[in-house]
Amino acid sequence: MGVQQVIGGVDGAAGPLAIVVNGAPMETTAASLFELLCELGLGEARVATARNGAFVPAAARAGTAIVAGDRIEVVSARQGG
Amino acid sequence: MPDADPFSVYGTEIGSRLLLGTAQYPSPQVMADAVAASGAGIVTVSLRREAARGRVGDRFLALIEGLGVKVLPNTAGCRSAKEAVTTALMARELLSTDWIKLEVIANDDTLQPDLFGLVEAARTLAGEGFKVFPYTTEDLGAAERLLAAGCEILMPWGAPIGTGLGLNNRYGLETMRAYFPGVPLVVDAGIGAPSHAAAAMEMGYDAVLLNTAVAKARDPVRMARAFADAIRAGREAYIAGLMEPRDMAEPSTPVAGTPFFDIGAKS
Repeated sequence: MGVQQVIGGVDGAAGPLAIVVNGAPMETTAASLFELLCELGLGEARVATARNGAFVPAAARAGTAIVAGDRIEVVSARQGG
Repeated sequence: MPDADPFSVYGTEIGSRLLLGTAQYPSPQVMADAVAASGAGIVTVSLRREAARGRVGDRFLALIEGLGVKVLPNTAGCRSAKEAVTTALMARELLSTDWIKLEVIANDDTLQPDLFGLVEAARTLAGEGFKVFPYTTEDLGAAERLLAAGCEILMPWGAPIGTGLGLNNRYGLETMRAYFPGVPLVVDAGIGAPSHAAAAMEMGYDAVLLNTAVAKARDPVRMARAFADAIRAGREAYIAGLMEPRDMAEPSTPVAGTPFFDIGAKS
């Protein structure tokens, strides 16, 4: 995790990272999952998150580094049967 | 007639034996009105991707939470135990409930449950403290494994999701009911008409979960009411005890004293 955080550009020097959010490729300068949600305009929204297939609790978002190639899921409640 | 005939699942008493899905209605308001008309005590919801700057989920949650019913999130669309477990964990946080309608789908055409993935996911989720409502088939072996995994309720399909074909395997469903007399059983999926729901209740099923038949009706609110009536009727009939069918006719009117009885016989 420590190495990932360096590669992930916590200091902002590494430039934008190519990641996939909800199946769509994008570039981000967010260092953490929490920063990414803010960048997406979902910082205050009631959503749940997963990184590379694993659930990330809301309380862990700020401490979860974004790494190039990450696949992030951001979901909310919808109609269902 | 006792109107209060609750059933209990995971220690929670549910006042209505109708569980209603929230998808495919013509509008959110019609959905809310249909839920109210149905008297459902539990509604199902899903988790889906939220768009950037989207607040669809916030609006939907406000609507659902205003209904005053228990919310049962599902893992609809998940194709592996791993996907279903992650989805369940997200649902628990988002909806503040440890209830999960567990779906692991095996096949796109039939949407039938992947029983192997279902048992695996149920075991993991029960270990994580979830109260699992598994969408399964009438397979008794799978049912026993789900119970051993920690499930306290089973939800076999009536027919494939969205088909409205009703109870495709009456024998299998009746066998399941007889084999697990003490386990809450809910027919989930495939119900197309109130008569299907009534038939499930007459068999002794504890409840019915449906969605499309109400949502896609010309008048969903009225259909919600029709299902509620049918489910209540089926439940009452089960408690009252259905007569045994017989092959030969038997007059319901007494034969003794029939006028002209002595001269009416055909030669």
